Amino acid sequence: MAGSTAPSDSRRSFLLKSFSASSAAWLAANWPAEVAAAEMAQKMGGFTYFTPEQAREIDAMAAQIYPTTDTPGAAEAQVIYFIDLALVTFAADKQAVYAKGFGELAQACGGKSFAALPSGEQIKVLTSIEKTAFFRTVRDHTVMGMFSSPQHGGNFRKIGWQQIEFDDSLNFRAPFGAYDKA
Amino acid sequence: MKKFKPSEEVDFVVIGSGAGGAVMAKQLAQAGFSVVVMEQGPWGAYGHEQDYNKDELINRFPSEEDMLMSDHAKQPNTFRRTAAEKAVAGHHSYGCVVGGGTVTYGASSWRHLPWEFNEASTFGTMAGTGIADWPISYDELEPFYTQAEWEIGISGPNVQNPNLAPMSKGYPMEPLPLKSSGFLFQRAAEKLNLSVVPNVAAIITKPWNGRAACINCGMCSGFGCQTKARSSSAVALLPYAVDTGNCEIRAHSYVREISTDASGKATGVVYFDKKNNNQEVFQKAKVVVLSANGTETPRLLLLSKSARFPHGLANSSGIVGKYLMTGNGGGASGLFTDPLNEYKGCVTGAAILDYVPNDVKGRGWYGGGRMTARGFTMPIAYGLGGVHGAPSWGKGYKQALIEQANRKLYVANFISQMPLETNTVDLDPDVKDAWGLPAMRITTQSHENDMKGVDFFIEKSVEILKAAGAHTVWADTARDSTGGAHARGTCRMGNDAKSSVVNKYHRAHDVPNLFIVDGSSLVTGGRNHPTMTISALAFRAAAHLVEAAKKGNVTI
Repeated sequence: MAGSTAPSDSRRSFLLKSFSASSAAWLAANWPAEVAAAEMAQKMGGFTYFTPEQAREIDAMAAQIYPTTDTPGAAEAQVIYFIDLALVTFAADKQAVYAKGFGELAQACGGKSFAALPSGEQIKVLTSIEKTAFFRTVRDHTVMGMFSSPQHGGNFRKIGWQQIEFDDSLNFRAPFGAYDKA
Repeated sequence: MKKFKPSEEVDFVVIGSGAGGAVMAKQLAQAGFSVVVMEQGPWGAYGHEQDYNKDELINRFPSEEDMLMSDHAKQPNTFRRTAAEKAVAGHHSYGCVVGGGTVTYGASSWRHLPWEFNEASTFGTMAGTGIADWPISYDELEPFYTQAEWEIGISGPNVQNPNLAPMSKGYPMEPLPLKSSGFLFQRAAEKLNLSVVPNVAAIITKPWNGRAACINCGMCSGFGCQTKARSSSAVALLPYAVDTGNCEIRAHSYVREISTDASGKATGVVYFDKKNNNQEVFQKAKVVVLSANGTETPRLLLLSKSARFPHGLANSSGIVGKYLMTGNGGGASGLFTDPLNEYKGCVTGAAILDYVPNDVKGRGWYGGGRMTARGFTMPIAYGLGGVHGAPSWGKGYKQALIEQANRKLYVANFISQMPLETNTVDLDPDVKDAWGLPAMRITTQSHENDMKGVDFFIEKSVEILKAAGAHTVWADTARDSTGGAHARGTCRMGNDAKSSVVNKYHRAHDVPNLFIVDGSSLVTGGRNHPTMTISALAFRAAAHLVEAAKKGNVTI
C-alpha cells in the first residue's frame, strides 16, 4: 500500500465518494460488476486488481516516475488507486502487460521486492527496463493518474492539476492569463 | 421526428451529417422534399447537449455510445507513403457522430480568398502537381459564404485586411477573446511588421437562434459543446431540418453501397443497421447526396462498383480518391515567464495572415499558410507527450513538466498542400473492417515544394516566438502529413468529366442523380481550414439542386 501506512478512512472511501453522478453512470453502464467490486474493495481499503504486494510495487514505480520532491508526487496523488481501477475498466486490455511485467520487474530486481530497494537502486532498475512495454504502460498510467479528474481515483485533491496550474472551473472570462490583461 | 420506411422512395437520401450533409438536409427539407440522413456514428448528445462529456480520460477511452470520432477497432485504416510500399496500420480519424466533425472541431471558419479559386491561372501551375482552377469563382460562392455565416452562427472580426476575403456582409457577431496567445502574437507583430487578426470561429459570442454565447469553458476542440455555443451541424442545422417534418436522421446507419439500376441511375443506398444486429437495409431514394467526408466519400464510391461501374461509382475518369490533401502543420514552441492559461476558452484566439498569399518568387515555394498559437488544452495529453527537452519520467520530467505547463506557447500552422494524383484514398487489398468491407487505405507523400513550406513556417514560428519574448524556443522537426480530419480533394470538381468527378453543381459527371458535397469537392486545398468553404459550397449546391428538383429534373 502507498507509503505502507494504514490508509485513513477518508482516503479509503475517497474514490467512492467522489464519483460524480454522470461518471458513475458511465462506469456502471460499461463495467457494472467490476465497478461494484472496485467500490467494495476501496471501501474495505484494498485493491481490485492488484494483490497488496503488486500494489506496493506499482506504487513504488509510480513514485519514481512522478516523484515527490518539494511538491507532492504520484504517491500523494494516490495514483495507485487510479491504476488499480484502470485495470478493471478502460485499461482492462493492459492486464496482460502488467501480469508479464511483474515477472520482468522481479528479474530486474534480482528477485527482490522493487519497493524495498533504496531509491537509487530503484532508479537503476527502472532505467534498465524503461524501453519495455510494461514500464511504458506504467509510466503512461502514472501520468494519467496524475492529471485525470480525481473521480477516477488519482489526482487526489487535484494535486496534479494544481502543479500545472490547471483550473477545472466550468467557465471563464477574459482576460485568461498574464498577457491578455489589456 | 418524421420516420420513413426504407421501402418508401424518399426524394433524397443524404449520406453523412457533418458540415456538408447537414446543410444539404436542411435546405432540401425546408424546400419541402423528403430526406433521410444516414449517419454511421451514434447520436452523441444530440438534443441533450448538456450531457456531452468534459472529462478528458473518458474522452480518451469512450464507450461505444460516447464515441465522437471514428473507431479504429472496428473501422481500421491503413497508411503508406508511396504506392511502392505495403500499407501499415494507419491513424487517420474523423468525426463520426450525428453532426460529424463539426461536433468536436476547433471551429476555425476562414473563407478561402478569391485567388484560392484560380491559383493556377493567377500563379501558374507546377509540373507534376494537379493545381487547377476551380470551375466556380469566389464571386459565385460569396453569397453562400454569407448565408452560411449568418445561418450557422460565425463570430469574427469586421476588419479590413488584404488577407481576408472581401465580404458582402460582415460577421454577425464579435470575435472570441484574443487570449494570451493573441496578445503575444501582437507583441511579435509590432516588431516584425506583421498583422494579427482575431480568429473567425463557428462559436457564438452572443445569443444566436436560441443558443447562448460561449462561456469559455475550455475542453473545446475534441469535445462536444455542452452549451451549444459551438455552431456544430448538430445544433445549428440538423434540428431545423428535423423541424420541417420532412427529415429523418438515422444514426448507427453505415452505408456500404450506393445502388444503381441498369440505366446507371442511383436508386438508393444499402446500409448496415448497427442497432438491429447489423441487418442490411435498402433505403430507396430518387436522388442520393454523398457527404461522407474527404476520405469516406471516395471509399464508398469505390465500394459501390458494379458491372456498369467496374472501377467504382462515378469513376469513369479514374480519379475518385486521387488528389487527396490532408494538409501539413509544423511550428515551434516557446517558453514565457508568466502564466498563459491558454486552456481556457476555445483553442484559437488569433492568427497571423501575412503568409497566407502565394509568393513563389519571394519564398521559392508555392503556397502559403495561416499561423495560430495555443498552449496546452488537455492535462493528460500534455503530461503524456507535451514536455520538451526532458526525460520522460523521474525528477527531470516532473520539473520540466511543471515549468513548461502554463508558460509554453505552440505556434501551430495550417499550411497548403499540393494536390497530387499519387496521393490517394483507395481500398486496402488485405485489411477488412468489422463488417467485412475493405478498409480505407491512405497513400500520401507531400511534394518537396510543400516540405519547403513546412520548413518556412517552422522558421517563421521561431522568429515570432522570439520577438514575442519567449526565453526558450524549440523548433519542430518537419514531418509530412499522415492523414487527418481536414481531408480534401478526392472527388474534385471540374468542367471536364475526364479530369474531375463532379461538375460545378456537385453532380457526379457519370451519374444523373448523385451529388457529392463535402471536402472531396475541393480542387485546391486553400490554407488547410476547409470547413467554412464546405458549408458555403453546400449552401450553393443545395440552392441549385432545390431549383432543379422543383422543376422535376435534377440532372443539372
